[in-house]
Amino acid sequence: MRKILSMAVAIAAGLALAGGAPAQAAEKLKAAWVYVGPVGDFGWSYQHDQGRKAVEAHFGDKVETTFVENVDEGPDAERVIEQLARAGNKLIFTTSFGFMEPTLKVAKRHPNVFFEHATGFKRAKNVSTYNAKFHEGRYVLGQIAAKTSKTGTIGYIASFPIPEVIAGINSLMLGAQSINPDMKIKIVWVNSWFDPAKEADAAKALIDQGADVISQHTDSPAAMQAAEGRDVMAFGQASDMIKFGPDSQLTAIVDDWAPYYIERVQAVLDGTWTSTDTWGGMKDGEVVMAPYTNMPDDVKKMAETTQAAITSGALNPFKGPIYKQDGTLMVKEGEVLADKDILSMNWYVKGIDDKVPGQ
Amino acid sequence: MPLRLERQENISPLRHAMAPVVAALVTLVVGAVMFVVLGHDPVRAFTIYFIEPLGDAYTLQELVVKASPLLLIGIGLSFCYRANRWNIGAEGQYVAGAVLGSWLALATHGMEAGPWVLPAMLVLGALGGALWGLIPAFLRVRFGASEILTSLMLVYVAQLGLDYLVRGPWRDPQGFNFPQSVTFDDVALMPLLMEDGRLHGGILIALLAVIAATFVLGRTLVGFSIELAGSAPRAAAFAGFDEKRVTYGVFAVSGALAGLAGIIEVAGPIGQLQPTISPGYGFTAIIAAMLGRLHPVGILVASLVLALTYIGGEAAQISMRMPFDVTRVFQGTLLIAILAADILVRYRIRRVEGTTHA
Repeated sequence: MRKILSMAVAIAAGLALAGGAPAQAAEKLKAAWVYVGPVGDFGWSYQHDQGRKAVEAHFGDKVETTFVENVDEGPDAERVIEQLARAGNKLIFTTSFGFMEPTLKVAKRHPNVFFEHATGFKRAKNVSTYNAKFHEGRYVLGQIAAKTSKTGTIGYIASFPIPEVIAGINSLMLGAQSINPDMKIKIVWVNSWFDPAKEADAAKALIDQGADVISQHTDSPAAMQAAEGRDVMAFGQASDMIKFGPDSQLTAIVDDWAPYYIERVQAVLDGTWTSTDTWGGMKDGEVVMAPYTNMPDDVKKMAETTQAAITSGALNPFKGPIYKQDGTLMVKEGEVLADKDILSMNWYVKGIDDKVPGQ
Repeated sequence: MPLRLERQENISPLRHAMAPVVAALVTLVVGAVMFVVLGHDPVRAFTIYFIEPLGDAYTLQELVVKASPLLLIGIGLSFCYRANRWNIGAEGQYVAGAVLGSWLALATHGMEAGPWVLPAMLVLGALGGALWGLIPAFLRVRFGASEILTSLMLVYVAQLGLDYLVRGPWRDPQGFNFPQSVTFDDVALMPLLMEDGRLHGGILIALLAVIAATFVLGRTLVGFSIELAGSAPRAAAFAGFDEKRVTYGVFAVSGALAGLAGIIEVAGPIGQLQPTISPGYGFTAIIAAMLGRLHPVGILVASLVLALTYIGGEAAQISMRMPFDVTRVFQGTLLIAILAADILVRYRIRRVEGTTHA
């Protein structure tokens, strides 16, 4: 049976070759993006696609882009990435954590193709990783929440208990505590990046428990809509969600991948691409705050001041002293938490009355 | 105008054979209309969808890789459906098999275990799926609970169980808290059949299942008792076939094959446990089983056709920027068309005269 199979495949391969390899197009760089969600999620995948469009606008005829949306983080991912590599794409961005192993496997087979994997931690000679310091934005959110909340309780819709999400919760809480040390937070884990129904339910449950400012680490605008319907405040996620919550959105952390994507495409065009690990923040223009709305001027001023301080480097959200829940000193006065410790964070700061799932 | 479906007694084999062909044609017509509405050239779209993937060695391999879980699960389901037992929960049995089989891979990780690991994993995978499948069978036999509901509900139980394991006890300690297990050792991975590509040994197991199922369903007393239990339960009872045994039997076979598909997928293309290990194979396999008219060879063809719609759909996204939903619409149209064709072959629509609606 094995022989027959391989013969059939071999014959088919022969036919394919006889048909002539596709002619190499002119010197146009082909770049491709792989998305975990639909481009219309108005969150994560949408923002990556905005970055792709920015690349098209910036480079015009020099670059040809394509994308595949709704790719499962399972066995299909490897095939999609492989197909893109075989279709002649020279630079491939895989934009979800679950694409890490498939990206590495395909990269091994295509040493002349450059790969960029978002949010992962494994690299290779032709695989870079990139992410953004969204926790910088969350510190600002925490301060705004502490200023605007009447109940003193923040509601947080969390996706998965991975370091990036934990660090986001901690950063928000540190920001809130810098204004009001008694701020409380309630967290609901929805175990999904994109599930509008669950996200809306979580928002409603949090509001019922007394939270009057909603923050989310999930991708759809459903929570924003729920907040708008219940007249409480909320923060947008990944993209500016003001049209879903015109009276509720205080601000939003906007993922702006455009500068990074343009830089990487340029590097390939120049022949200077190397495997790197990029973790840009406000300073690099990757973490952008949507306009501050629905808040008094003094709060707005404070938010702008904090944003400027983080951008200039004067303020680091993870500056000591920081205590763990049980009171252990994790970061000493005058020191800051190292990047590697943020990237593997699995503990809550003091003042969060909850437990990290699975710990 | 009152209409009635009337069963036809004598159906020519030709009409039977033509039904799927007509269904495929209807799907093509609906598809063509859809492409035109979306502003694409239908001929080019169909070429990219259905022809181009067949002309390339790599995509041919991928076609087989994608079809093999559908095939294994679909064959198992055909046992259930022939006996009129509606197992909707193959997805859960797939996950249960993957979990139990992976347990061994994780338990022997880093121990330089011998080549017995993979075969043992396959056995455990089949066992896990069978046990999971026997739960709805037991509930039906013992309490008369609808197996449609219980098997479906158990899908979510299995998925959440897997989710818990990969986020909790089975999480890779070096994985920065990310929800996935360690990657399996070489002895726990499916051997590849060819140097280049992902064609793995599981495909041979799937083909063996086709041969075995064709024989069992077509040539043995067991196959006959399953068939009879489905088409004429009273006759089956008079003939002395135990209804309960049939229920347990078909669910065990169905679950075992789904579980086998699960562990093959995890030990093959994926290579580790993670929260998502199936893009809905267990549900798509229902389409494969129906489309293949519950015959193993038919299911083989149907699985390949369905795999082609997926792979063609990805190609269409890449080269024509066609939305992913088009693939879904395609599959849905195909299923509805095949079911409709089936009804129209077996029944005749007649106007009922002389009566009015109550």
